[in-house]
Amino acid sequence: MDYIPNTQYDKEIMMKEMGISSFEALLKDIPRTLREFSLPLHQGLSEPQVFNILKNLGEENINTNKCISFLGAGAYEHYIPSIVDHLASRSEFYTCYTPYQPEVSQGTLQVIYEYQTLMCELTGMDISNASLYDGSTALAEAALLAIHLKEKNKIICSRAIHPEYRQVLKTYVKGLHTEIVEIDVPEGTMDMDQLEKALDDKTAAVLVQSPNFFGCIEDMEAISGITHKYDTLFVACVNPISLGLLKPPGEYSADIAVGEAQVLGNYLNYGGPYLGFFTIKKDLLRRMPGRIAGETVDRNGRRCFALTLQAREQHIRRQKATSNICTNQALLALRACIYLCALGKKGMEELANLNIQKSHYAYERLRTLNNFRLVLKKPFFHEFVLKTHDHIRIGSINEYLLKKGIIGGLELSQWYPEMDNCMLLCITETKTKTSIDRFVAELAQISTTM
Amino acid sequence: MDQMEPLIFEKTSPGRRCFILPACDVPDKRITDLLPQNVLRKNKAELPEVSEIDVVRHFTRLSKLNYCVDTNFYPLGSCTMKYNPKINEDSARLEGFTKLHPYQPVDQCQGILSLLYDLEQILKNISGMSAFTFQPAAGAHGELTGMLIIRAYLEKKGEKRHKIIIPDSAHGTNPASAALCGYEVESIQSNTEGLIDIHKLQEVFTRDTAAIMITNPNTLGLFEKDILEICRIAHDNGGLVYCDGANMNALLGIARPGDMGVDILHLNLHKTFSTPHGGGGPGAGPIGVSEALKPFLPIPRIEMTEKLALEEHGIDPLIKSNKSPYSSPNPSDGPFHRKYLLNDNYPDAIGRVRAFYGHVGMMIRTYTYLLSLGKEGIHRVGEYAVLNANYLRQKLEKYYDIPYGKTCMHEFVISAKKQKKKGASALDIAKKLLDYGFHAPTVYFPLIVEEAIMVEPTETESRETLDAFVAAMIQIANDIEQRPETVRNSPQTTPINRPDEVKAAREPNLRWKKK
Repeated sequence: MDYIPNTQYDKEIMMKEMGISSFEALLKDIPRTLREFSLPLHQGLSEPQVFNILKNLGEENINTNKCISFLGAGAYEHYIPSIVDHLASRSEFYTCYTPYQPEVSQGTLQVIYEYQTLMCELTGMDISNASLYDGSTALAEAALLAIHLKEKNKIICSRAIHPEYRQVLKTYVKGLHTEIVEIDVPEGTMDMDQLEKALDDKTAAVLVQSPNFFGCIEDMEAISGITHKYDTLFVACVNPISLGLLKPPGEYSADIAVGEAQVLGNYLNYGGPYLGFFTIKKDLLRRMPGRIAGETVDRNGRRCFALTLQAREQHIRRQKATSNICTNQALLALRACIYLCALGKKGMEELANLNIQKSHYAYERLRTLNNFRLVLKKPFFHEFVLKTHDHIRIGSINEYLLKKGIIGGLELSQWYPEMDNCMLLCITETKTKTSIDRFVAELAQISTTM
Repeated sequence: MDQMEPLIFEKTSPGRRCFILPACDVPDKRITDLLPQNVLRKNKAELPEVSEIDVVRHFTRLSKLNYCVDTNFYPLGSCTMKYNPKINEDSARLEGFTKLHPYQPVDQCQGILSLLYDLEQILKNISGMSAFTFQPAAGAHGELTGMLIIRAYLEKKGEKRHKIIIPDSAHGTNPASAALCGYEVESIQSNTEGLIDIHKLQEVFTRDTAAIMITNPNTLGLFEKDILEICRIAHDNGGLVYCDGANMNALLGIARPGDMGVDILHLNLHKTFSTPHGGGGPGAGPIGVSEALKPFLPIPRIEMTEKLALEEHGIDPLIKSNKSPYSSPNPSDGPFHRKYLLNDNYPDAIGRVRAFYGHVGMMIRTYTYLLSLGKEGIHRVGEYAVLNANYLRQKLEKYYDIPYGKTCMHEFVISAKKQKKKGASALDIAKKLLDYGFHAPTVYFPLIVEEAIMVEPTETESRETLDAFVAAMIQIANDIEQRPETVRNSPQTTPINRPDEVKAAREPNLRWKKK
């Protein structure tokens, strides 16, 4: 199946009209040697055959619907209202192009404008762009913005920022002779003394995640205060779900707030595609990476929307652009937009509350277990670290749990060698009291048998 | 009738609800008993308060203000707006993929890992490259990854080179990506044929040059006929060749960048491989590299523990098993037992360019597409894409100036210079096409053609659709002769007419605020 409507019959008619006798005549510029290759590939398949293969491949994975999962660490399971899939599956949304022709793209443009408004409301920031690839690249773009704006080449970041985000950051600044200083997190949150010592006139930005990789809520107000003693940007990386209740970056004077918005109506998808959001204070507007939609009027004076401030972008500025970004994540921003409208003002608050209540319930239950300890400081949002007694390996715990239909937490020693025997657990609103109790009971069982 | 839809914020009414969460089934404590007051927000987020039918009608009505591939032909040069098969969507939406967490142990993810592994083998075959990474999230992200690989490769050899050569016909992302990576960009002027000037290239490609970034076919839709020489010049000077694969659709089954001598290639899955554009993303920009650059690919790499496959037998993994050609890893397969894993252990790797493994959802769509196409389908894609473009080109050349080439690959570029003198610009022509029910072509790109209109039909359009487009273009050419103001005043039939873009930029209104 190749989705090509024209047939040999059409081809012959077309070639006749073009006055050519062989298709090869059109390829005369291609050196002969390049035409001599074989493609050792399969024969084309019919739709039922293809779908059968894909179904089987899908079923070979153990998905989070078959098991109760306690994995988080930057990719989160939340319930997605039915209308999100229904509306985002309209092909007027998913088969259209980037809205360069506003006359026939008002749907997409208004969605982007509404998405920008929603993200500003949630974060308390002034301006949002139309989205970036994911949380990790949004954070890296924030660092690049700071480096170029301040013309300084030192970035300070907390060691409790998602380890893969820090890896991406390092990759991004490789060509720019930038020094990255990581601040320790002795009890789960940033060491303030170390931060104060590291800060200086050469620092372009301080990057902090809250709730951080371990789930701990950082003292963002204090960090912001210390950072702003210098001519340095404060970049907050936050979880949008937490902002239903937690203090938004706008309330603690962050200059840039970024993060992963997969949580707003997007599936886990084995890590992608996800949705990076990027919001700023208004004085940084001309430095914003990526697309932005704005309101204007048409020739008849009617309200309408268009991509704007394109003088920042690569197709105009080429090597002088604020970023090389072209494609963004419009369809996932649409999903986030629908999700936020569906949850609404009250719903987002209730959702944050449910996440906090359930994770704290689980925390209190786990505290009573022998052989397990909760090692980091409160307050936390919906994740926390559980440490086992030395003789019980995380790997064997997770193997045991899987047999019971439970996907356990993430082992932390791969990124934090000092956190041996620790797992990061995440409890969102998708976990019922019954499933949390079952999880605790299984761990208690391990604790007595191992 | 005014077709416009109010903003969702203008429909809000206090207390109205849409989605309702389940009640709290654990003891519901006061929030201040769990968290200190100073971490809680002071001001509530002013999100909409609307009912389910409000939300459904709002977004359904908005959707109807869009043109899309499912309703209209997009002759959008360089964007390859081909049909997006529905089965691809069904595959990517299977629960076995959507509900898979990226940190589940590899034992729980063998299905998706084997898919990604097989997809890499197929793409290697199609492109002639030696290995692929799926991490880059889009074409521009692939370019950045490619630049970082070039830098790492040269540094490993102990060389510091500062310059990247880019033809003046290139996409804007090319110089932006090179600059982001700290390289100086040297633009090289195209020759009178619209191709890279070999003699000039020989002069500027010095020992200080890290690479040349080419697009082949280039943005004029022309095959760089000296491609073998271009690669030779780069390699003789110790440099590399990066190929922007935005125009790969022209080459499917016709020629392979790897055979040309290209060292790094990015593919746009949302162009060549039929994944939907989504109104501007998500896309995906996997990159393929030559053997020498393999160690520098981002981590993690997807690998198979038993190497019986492809590299040894030179065949697609799908047809190597003697049982069922599509059998997936099965422990009882004996000698064909395969296990897939993620390998981080590459000391020379450039690092990570994205958290997790890339836009997996787009890989699933691509894999579905390639299974459907098969070998003959892949050959036919390139052939019919080139045929359709040439058919349009030849029908339009009597009415419009086409400054470069006598034939083209998958796209061609019109210059509306002549029409501009008569009173209607490339932009006006583009807008008038909207009134005829066609999406506008790409305009004012490439920069080397005055009043450029770039047309790419793709292989998924029928002869009848092409004829209808030709008829519209001829009508517009005639209108410009007789009454150019009707073209200047277009569009008239769309939900809005031309927006005031100057106002949008001068008085930025980028979010709604309560009045």
